Amino acid sequence: MPDVQALVNDFVLKLKRRKIEGSHASARHTAELLRSVISHQRMRQTNQAGALIDAVKAVGEQLIAANPVELAVGNIVRRVLHIIREEDLSSTATAIEGLGLSAGSDDDDEGQYEDRPALSAAALAAAARSTLRAPSLQTLLGDIPGSAVTPQPPSSWGDSEGKSKSDKNLRSRKLKHDVIEAINELIQDIDTCHEQVSEQAVEHIHQNEVILTLGRSRTVKEFLCAAKEKNRSFRVFVAEGAPRYQGHVLAKELVGKGIQTTVITDSAVFAMISRVNMVIVGAHAIMANGGVVAPVGINMVALAAQRHAVPFVVVAGSHKLCPLYPHNSEVLLNDLKSPSDLVDFGEFSDCMDFGSHGGSPLLHVVNPAFDYVPPKLVSLFITDTGGHNPSYMYRLIADYYSADDLVVKQRSTS
Amino acid sequence: MELRRAPRTVIDPKVRQVGFITPGATLPPARSHSVPTDACSTSPPALDVSLPGSSISPVMIPPPRHASADGLSSLARSAATAAAPVPVPVPASHLRRDTVQIPVGSYNPSETLLGSSPMMSPSSGLDAGSEFSNEVPTSTWLGRRGSGKFASSFPATSGEMMAMKTTGGGGGGSTPKSSLTTASVVKALPGVSEKDGGALIEMQNEGTSKPQKQKTSKAERRAIQEAQRAAKAAAKEAGGVKPSASSGGAVPALKQGKVAKPSSQRKDGPQVTAPVTSSEKKVVDRLPEKDRKKDVPHPRMQFDDKHRVEKAKRRAVVNQSEARSRVELFRHLPQYIRGTQLPDLESKFFQLDPIHPSVYKVGLQYLSGDISGGNARCIAMLLAFKEAIKDYSTPPEKALVRDLTAKIGSYVSFFIECRPLSISMGNAIKFLKSRIAKLPHTLSESEAKSSLQSDIDRFINEKIVIADKVIVRHAVTKIRDGDVLLTYGSSSVVEMIFLYALELGKHFRVVVVDSRPKLDGQALLCRLVAKGLNCTYTHINAISYIMHEVTRVFLGASSVLSNGTVYSRVGTACVAMAAHAFQVPVLVCCEAYKFHERVQLDSICSNELGDPDVISKVPGWKDLNHLDNWADNENLQLLNLTYDATPSDYVSMIITDYGMLPPTSVPVLVREYRREHLWI
Repeated sequence: MPDVQALVNDFVLKLKRRKIEGSHASARHTAELLRSVISHQRMRQTNQAGALIDAVKAVGEQLIAANPVELAVGNIVRRVLHIIREEDLSSTATAIEGLGLSAGSDDDDEGQYEDRPALSAAALAAAARSTLRAPSLQTLLGDIPGSAVTPQPPSSWGDSEGKSKSDKNLRSRKLKHDVIEAINELIQDIDTCHEQVSEQAVEHIHQNEVILTLGRSRTVKEFLCAAKEKNRSFRVFVAEGAPRYQGHVLAKELVGKGIQTTVITDSAVFAMISRVNMVIVGAHAIMANGGVVAPVGINMVALAAQRHAVPFVVVAGSHKLCPLYPHNSEVLLNDLKSPSDLVDFGEFSDCMDFGSHGGSPLLHVVNPAFDYVPPKLVSLFITDTGGHNPSYMYRLIADYYSADDLVVKQRSTS
Repeated sequence: MELRRAPRTVIDPKVRQVGFITPGATLPPARSHSVPTDACSTSPPALDVSLPGSSISPVMIPPPRHASADGLSSLARSAATAAAPVPVPVPASHLRRDTVQIPVGSYNPSETLLGSSPMMSPSSGLDAGSEFSNEVPTSTWLGRRGSGKFASSFPATSGEMMAMKTTGGGGGGSTPKSSLTTASVVKALPGVSEKDGGALIEMQNEGTSKPQKQKTSKAERRAIQEAQRAAKAAAKEAGGVKPSASSGGAVPALKQGKVAKPSSQRKDGPQVTAPVTSSEKKVVDRLPEKDRKKDVPHPRMQFDDKHRVEKAKRRAVVNQSEARSRVELFRHLPQYIRGTQLPDLESKFFQLDPIHPSVYKVGLQYLSGDISGGNARCIAMLLAFKEAIKDYSTPPEKALVRDLTAKIGSYVSFFIECRPLSISMGNAIKFLKSRIAKLPHTLSESEAKSSLQSDIDRFINEKIVIADKVIVRHAVTKIRDGDVLLTYGSSSVVEMIFLYALELGKHFRVVVVDSRPKLDGQALLCRLVAKGLNCTYTHINAISYIMHEVTRVFLGASSVLSNGTVYSRVGTACVAMAAHAFQVPVLVCCEAYKFHERVQLDSICSNELGDPDVISKVPGWKDLNHLDNWADNENLQLLNLTYDATPSDYVSMIITDYGMLPPTSVPVLVREYRREHLWI
């Protein structure tokens, strides 16, 4: 599949060069790329799901490595992996139903994707199953006797196809088809998440509300515009969001919709926050602990909002939901941009004496792209599935991702 | 009447210890009303009314008995509270030398007069007792205030009060006249206190006679007779006392005499020439009231008040065109379109004769933004005033004090039109005006001018230049090797601290945080880097990124308000907040002359609006043109705030020229500083 590899390389290059930025764009591109990867994947007779997962992981690893800060890429890779597993499971379930319960299981081909280091296959599969299936009373009760009967019962879905030779051809095509269908749905979800989020706007914005936001987020824009369309009249303070000044763009868009907009400098956030009813910002990514990676400056806004007890609301599509827990994310999940946004090199070249100080530069210019907002500063997340507390994020993540995929890494053997 | 008076003797001592009670309220109505009428619109009643407001102490001792006494103690208290300079009464002493008996007399004549009126003798004794009883707390209170200075100034101020009466009543009052008037004032009293006294006697002597009295006029008459006899006796007694007190004999019968004596003697020491004192005294007399007014800062001009804005516009020299789309929240602040008035003003240069060229120049520099920063603006203004004073000549038939004050006032309003005053400038102007007001009349014009010029120089030197040096010395002790110091914007004193620390050979790194639209951190950065300091530069949005590595935050301030709020360049609050969140100490460096007694909770009630246009254009970002023609759209406003208010809990320490203090100590410094402020 040379053409697919070319596509992948192209996308990796774009990510590396930051040609594709923003979680929405990168998520969409990733999903499309993975779709084509899957559709070009030649299906083997056995263990198709495993093969697909391997292929996706191989590509996903490259993509994530290309720009680890663009968390949406990783999210989509994990979502696709999850979709494959889910489809496989459902097809297996139907197969099992059709065949009757297959008692034993041979672990030969199954081990391919089950023997992950540091985690026992059984535990992982159990975790996967429990996350995949809705925790209904029936599954809870049904699982217990199953696990009692067979020593490793959860690992019995991937290989059951080996026993059902009759319908395997049909099923193999069906799995791929289902996965591609599901990915199409995912792409559609990514595209329409704004609408779903903004549908909730009227529930959160009341008449004469004063809202503050920083920088520009498409979700925020759609959110505010949706409220305006419902004839709410409110006032928006837009902090310009140096050094990218996307706030100007947002202000222009909002004014175009007839919303009372005031542009303020970022430094005036604290001064104005006391007259603000609600802070609504977009996010770059939502972490599993409920923390937010957001455009730079938002932590400052969140702190000010906390000081004045102003609700701090983050609106984001579910593709920004990242199953990772952040550690020191101000530094590790950050991009340092070019200093030229802040200072003009020409101005400073003449006041710096390069000769004297042993070659080490005297002047550092720091221009980070992102901020990390800890979960305690966030009042509410509004995603396309509704409003959630920061503490609930872990559960949403369990809905979207499989626990096996938290670390997207190809097996070292292949 | 009796029913009302009856409790008085009982309650009085209690009342004198607690509570905010106007004397008029505690005294029987007849008396309290009679006081203003008798005193015939002299100042004491007014003082009484405003007395509780001016007092710092929650516990207030209502003054003894008479209007004059009220005046005395209130004056004394106001002298204490308003921190009127202690030596102020000194020059007045000479006059009082021959009228020493007057402060005494202000009590005694009343008593003698009461005595001569045929009632009174027991009551006078009683009243003397009550005087003691309330004098004692007063004196302890004064003692607590410290150093008996006030106690000594007690009679002195009484003398002033009398002088005030004379000036109020008779125009230019000479001393004998004043004694006369006081006598007359006091004389007017007995008529009232006669009845009082009578009642008191009844209360005292015939405690049971209250019900009888109303029925039998005979008993009353007898009581009156008795009282009269007693009063005569008392009068004789008092008459005996009075000459002895005035002759300087140490008769400890009356506390008043005792208090008056040493003070008058002490005051005799530093005698000044008579004419000077009289002029000085007038100024001084006005002071307490003025000070009390100053206690509450003037409400600033609110620009949503149409009438006043209109009025101000008619007077204005600078015709600024108002910005069209203004932010609703800030309608009370002036906002003008920048740059339109500059050529206009320049063309008017030769027509505006009342404004001195140097003042004019500085005003234009404010307008164009060439001079910015609290200290720079203040120094520029003071130097301009100095120039103006140098070239000043009193017009014929005008007094220097009045004319120059008016002139400075017009300059100040010109400055305000150019750019709203900073608080530090307001303090400097207040200083200059008080200096002008205090100019002795004896000085010739040239002397007065030179003294004012030297005052201005002294202010600049002591309050700004040397204060900065002291702050630097203090602050540098807080810098250790390996520190990462963060500063925001460009503060002159913080820059001096860094450079001095570098000079001392400390190893540290500086983080300069900056924000749009002024970006004055870049200039600071340039200077620091040129000096060889290791610097990091970032913008305010990245504050939580950079705060991890910072160990200290040094901030400048435009002003420190008396609730500990730091009023400073917009964004300072954000930096302090981030530092607080990351547990990094925040040190605010501010000269004490920038402190102000005003309080502020938010950054909206008082602020300054900058030019909104600079927000829409970002230098170096040519393709960023989304907000061009912003003024055409009524839905879009740009807001360029200049200041914000940092809450005091974000501030770990304020470094001033008086040392390093917590923000809670700011009101103390403001109070103390104001006193000193008047002294220089």
